[in-house]
Amino acid sequence: MNRRTLLSTAAALSLISATGALAASHGDKLKVGFIYVGPIGDGGWTFEHDKGRLAVEAEFGDKVETVYQESVPEGADAERAITQMALSGANLIFTTSFGYMDPTINVAAKFPDVKFEHATGFKRADNVGVYSARFYEGRAIQGHIAGKMTKTNKIGYIASFPIPEVIRGINSAYIHAKKANPAVEFSVIWAYTWFDPAKESDAARALIENGADVILQHTDSTAPQAAAQEAGNVITFGQASDMSEYAPMPRVSSIIDNWSPYYIARVQAVMDGTWASDDTWDGIGSGMVGIGEISDAVPADVKAEALALKDSIASGDYHPFTGPLNKQDGSVWLAEGETAPDGDLLGLNFYVEGLTGDIPN
Amino acid sequence: MDLSSINPILLIASIMISATPILLAAIGEMVVEKAGVLNLGVEGMMITGAVVGFATAVSTGSPTLGFAAAALASAVLSLSFGVLTQMLLSNQVATGLGLTLVGLGLSALIGKPYEGMKSPTMSKLDIPILGDIPVLGPMLFSHDPMVYFSLFLVLAVWGFLKFTRAGLILRAVGESHDAAHALGYKVIRIRMMAIFFGGACAGLGGAYLSLVRVPQWTEGMTAGAGWIALAIVVFASWRAERILIGAYLFGGVTVLQLNLQAAGARVPVEILSMSPYLITILVLVIISARGAHGAPASLGRPFHASR
Repeated sequence: MNRRTLLSTAAALSLISATGALAASHGDKLKVGFIYVGPIGDGGWTFEHDKGRLAVEAEFGDKVETVYQESVPEGADAERAITQMALSGANLIFTTSFGYMDPTINVAAKFPDVKFEHATGFKRADNVGVYSARFYEGRAIQGHIAGKMTKTNKIGYIASFPIPEVIRGINSAYIHAKKANPAVEFSVIWAYTWFDPAKESDAARALIENGADVILQHTDSTAPQAAAQEAGNVITFGQASDMSEYAPMPRVSSIIDNWSPYYIARVQAVMDGTWASDDTWDGIGSGMVGIGEISDAVPADVKAEALALKDSIASGDYHPFTGPLNKQDGSVWLAEGETAPDGDLLGLNFYVEGLTGDIPN
Repeated sequence: MDLSSINPILLIASIMISATPILLAAIGEMVVEKAGVLNLGVEGMMITGAVVGFATAVSTGSPTLGFAAAALASAVLSLSFGVLTQMLLSNQVATGLGLTLVGLGLSALIGKPYEGMKSPTMSKLDIPILGDIPVLGPMLFSHDPMVYFSLFLVLAVWGFLKFTRAGLILRAVGESHDAAHALGYKVIRIRMMAIFFGGACAGLGGAYLSLVRVPQWTEGMTAGAGWIALAIVVFASWRAERILIGAYLFGGVTVLQLNLQAAGARVPVEILSMSPYLITILVLVIISARGAHGAPASLGRPFHASR
């Protein structure tokens, strides 16, 4: 053995021991990754997922390391970001927007040892679980308050993308607004974005100028709240996060996504080696969907009705999609007393009877 | 379809508000490009202006001070671009993109404590006589001062470039920096001033978003407005009056499509949503096809006196 081979062998050996040490340090620490669709500071959707991430850190301390990437566009670039995260040694990756569905499945096929959790989607694999919350339960309560509170009988709805999750929300809000006030009309604006404060603000203004005095939003920023506040006499609801900085007016209540218990449970499952791909869809009952405090701008009787509705949904006595319900074209969807099966809801792609306009494809 | 619910007075008022941020940013960028510099950092400067303007307005209670601080902050930021590209001769495209990334990151950092806060609003001008004209009054003469300032700025830039000697020199620097240099003009100094002006305008545009149009601070809130401003400069073939048309057309289509949706127009939403971008691209193609680009000849080329 000459000197050169000796040196290179020594170098190789030290390299091996170094990587060994690296692997060992990865061994005791679980690396959990999060892919976010907006910035953490959006005050809504991504903000709440990040609260979940922080809860995981608080719960497990030194035993976990969390990493995240903000503002990852949905589509091809998401695949790159998720791959990057898997390559960097993450053991469990949460991809937190509907549009990451196919990228997550694609990346998961390449990394069988990494576990993935995709929010609000419906495609699973051995190492891909899905989770979502029954936001439509919260929408029912919003719809009730909206129907009772509107004076112009026009309710504006800022929708993001025409996916089942958003369509469920529109239907649920409409059904309960209609029950509370048979004269209500909905106008829906499809913003085709989850996060664009200027556009959301313009959309809210357009709805208000067209006579709406209640604005429901399924986009992530607080911009519609600010627009409603400027207009005065318009009420809104916090979306994904409490948005209590706009209470008591215009924000009269909110839907709060509480992901922390779920994230902690899933991280624990990976640590215990019990993680398996599954499909979680929880609602008000389990606390995954929270209803933010109903402010004093809502009359006491309406507030009491809304809380009663919340309790009956939480206990399972009442399902927001209970027949008789017809589809928009007048054909029967649910018969008297029948409740919508989860399968129908997961793939919901039609409006219920009474809603006007078409759902874009 | 019930289009009668669209109120044309409110619609045009909304269009003016919606167009103002991109108008401000685009008119500034046009001056920069007229001097032969391509600054792709408009988005970064806008968002910096948005956050600094918001922070200043919140702490001082004065939106006017907010706008001034926003203009100054973005102009100073743009000077870093100027130093790198004009004095150290770095690549303009790469540096401009870098400026956007720096601006986005920096603004997120500065803006953290200001999330969820409300800014003092800028009071609308109460113009006597003009504001009382029935339809035109609420449509055109009841806005905040920045809307009129942006229109004035377009007029001023147009007059400056067309009628003044300084404007002529600026254009000369942009068309042929070697010739301008040979005539004894300080190419770098003139370009630095143009970059400074462009930065200030982008800052005002950003502050208009966070103080008037949205009005709040949210991370990443410009959401691509800076890139639209860059496209509008090309769209306008580097002419001030066409910048105005471009910005109002873009703002107009954006607001109109939302209003059509709110009114329940039976037009496919996909087409409505992409229409602002579609129309911008369409006009860009028509302009290129005509061959009359009007781009300054030295645009994006580095200058060094020894070459």
